[in-house]
Amino acid sequence: MKERSIIYNSTSDRETIDIGQGLGTVLSGGDVVALVGELGSGKTWFTKGVAKGLGVLTETVVTSPSFSLINEYDGRHTLFHMDAYRLEGISDFISAGLEEYFYKDGVAVMEWADRWPEILPEWRLKVEFTIIDERSRQITLSGYHPRAYEILKSICNT
Amino acid sequence: MIILGIDTSCDDTSAGIVLDGRRVISNVVHSQVELHHPYGGVVPELASREHLKNIMPVVSEALLKADIGMRDLDGIAVTVGPGLVGALLVGLYYAKALAYVHNLPMVAINHLEGHILSIFLEEEVPAFPFVALTVSGGHTSLYHVKGYGQYSLMGQTLDDAAGEAFDKVARILGIGYPGGPVIENLALEGRGNKINFPRAYMSHDSLDFSFSGLKTAVALYIKKWRGGQTETDGVKISDIAASFQESVVDVLVQKLIDAGRKTGVLAVMAAGGVACNKRLRARLEEAASSQDIRVYCPRPDYCTDNGAMIAAAGYNRLLTGEKADLSVDVRSKYPTQELSPID
Repeated sequence: MKERSIIYNSTSDRETIDIGQGLGTVLSGGDVVALVGELGSGKTWFTKGVAKGLGVLTETVVTSPSFSLINEYDGRHTLFHMDAYRLEGISDFISAGLEEYFYKDGVAVMEWADRWPEILPEWRLKVEFTIIDERSRQITLSGYHPRAYEILKSICNT
Repeated sequence: MIILGIDTSCDDTSAGIVLDGRRVISNVVHSQVELHHPYGGVVPELASREHLKNIMPVVSEALLKADIGMRDLDGIAVTVGPGLVGALLVGLYYAKALAYVHNLPMVAINHLEGHILSIFLEEEVPAFPFVALTVSGGHTSLYHVKGYGQYSLMGQTLDDAAGEAFDKVARILGIGYPGGPVIENLALEGRGNKINFPRAYMSHDSLDFSFSGLKTAVALYIKKWRGGQTETDGVKISDIAASFQESVVDVLVQKLIDAGRKTGVLAVMAAGGVACNKRLRARLEEAASSQDIRVYCPRPDYCTDNGAMIAAAGYNRLLTGEKADLSVDVRSKYPTQELSPID
């Protein structure tokens, strides 16, 4: 299948949240969002937006899951915010029970998803963050599965 | 009243025995730092397996060091959250088994209440009300402590915890884990004013924290520095560590003192792993003395995760007759607002 994509340019954390929110509003249970980008490129900000779009209560603070590896938030669909940053290998990821979250009835957002792309389900939507300068980031949403196409299409229609 | 406190909320297996909630008779901590070192952080599955291996020897050693037996105990206090579920389960189920077999009352303790009350293990203690900063790899929060069990959250991190920023910067610099002590040591030889990293104070009256921007700024700086693109020449790795540390310390000190002034309390305290940082402790003393506020910091052994602080927290609850059912479960999230106040 051919890869399709949408490219955004964000000039602030605020805009990164808005782009994430746009995605969050069209996501459904079982969706997997794979975040790719170096330290400080805006992955956690983007996830704050996805949480907003999923209807997670605004007073809930979405914080980095680096330490806890997974944070769960209740919304229209449960948000599983995961982080592979501290894990060394794919077996750590699996033995920590994190792989299961891709197949639960919630939305799984995973940071550092490029470390082991082979464990990600094929219906994932990839979100890539590129640092342009101190404040600007290029954010590319892409996928090659019919479900990913559907998500990209709904974003364009909203 | 002699209480055994058990904590397995993160990477340390710990047990402490405390008399009347104040006097530490023994405090045994088995750290998994060595085990986790190659990973640059804590791996929960490893943590659970290690806790399982260590829990019995650690509790036995605590009893041995205190020179008492199980029959001398009046109760057991155990951490049920917040923390890593797999890790918490090991401590809780061991505590349940002990309580059941020896017919002892058991109380379920919030790990953060343990940190807040850890200061009561020291000779000199603050009077209520005071403001507490709990700062570690997993949290950075300010509480208005009005009494036992009465902790209102005044501010918290909106992204990364302070300890996490230390760990991540240490990892970018390639100097090891845990980030706190390695950066603190490296910073001793560095110049804290060499690089002006950002300080996120948020809005004027906010007591929330944000360390993600600082982490990003340091990461970008290191990239340029390694590529030889930084303007100031002669910047050493120790200067980066010291300047980063200075930025974190500035924010922690200012927010804690602000919170103290806002509430009108006469005392503030800092606890949790990052509160071991000597630069933070020195700067806090300095800032507080000009404000007529007294600073209390538990000794480093009581700042990092330990069983004694859990026993201290358990004492006040056991005194009122509070008792956890054997069906009590662990909680990965456990806001302190949900705690019941103790008169």
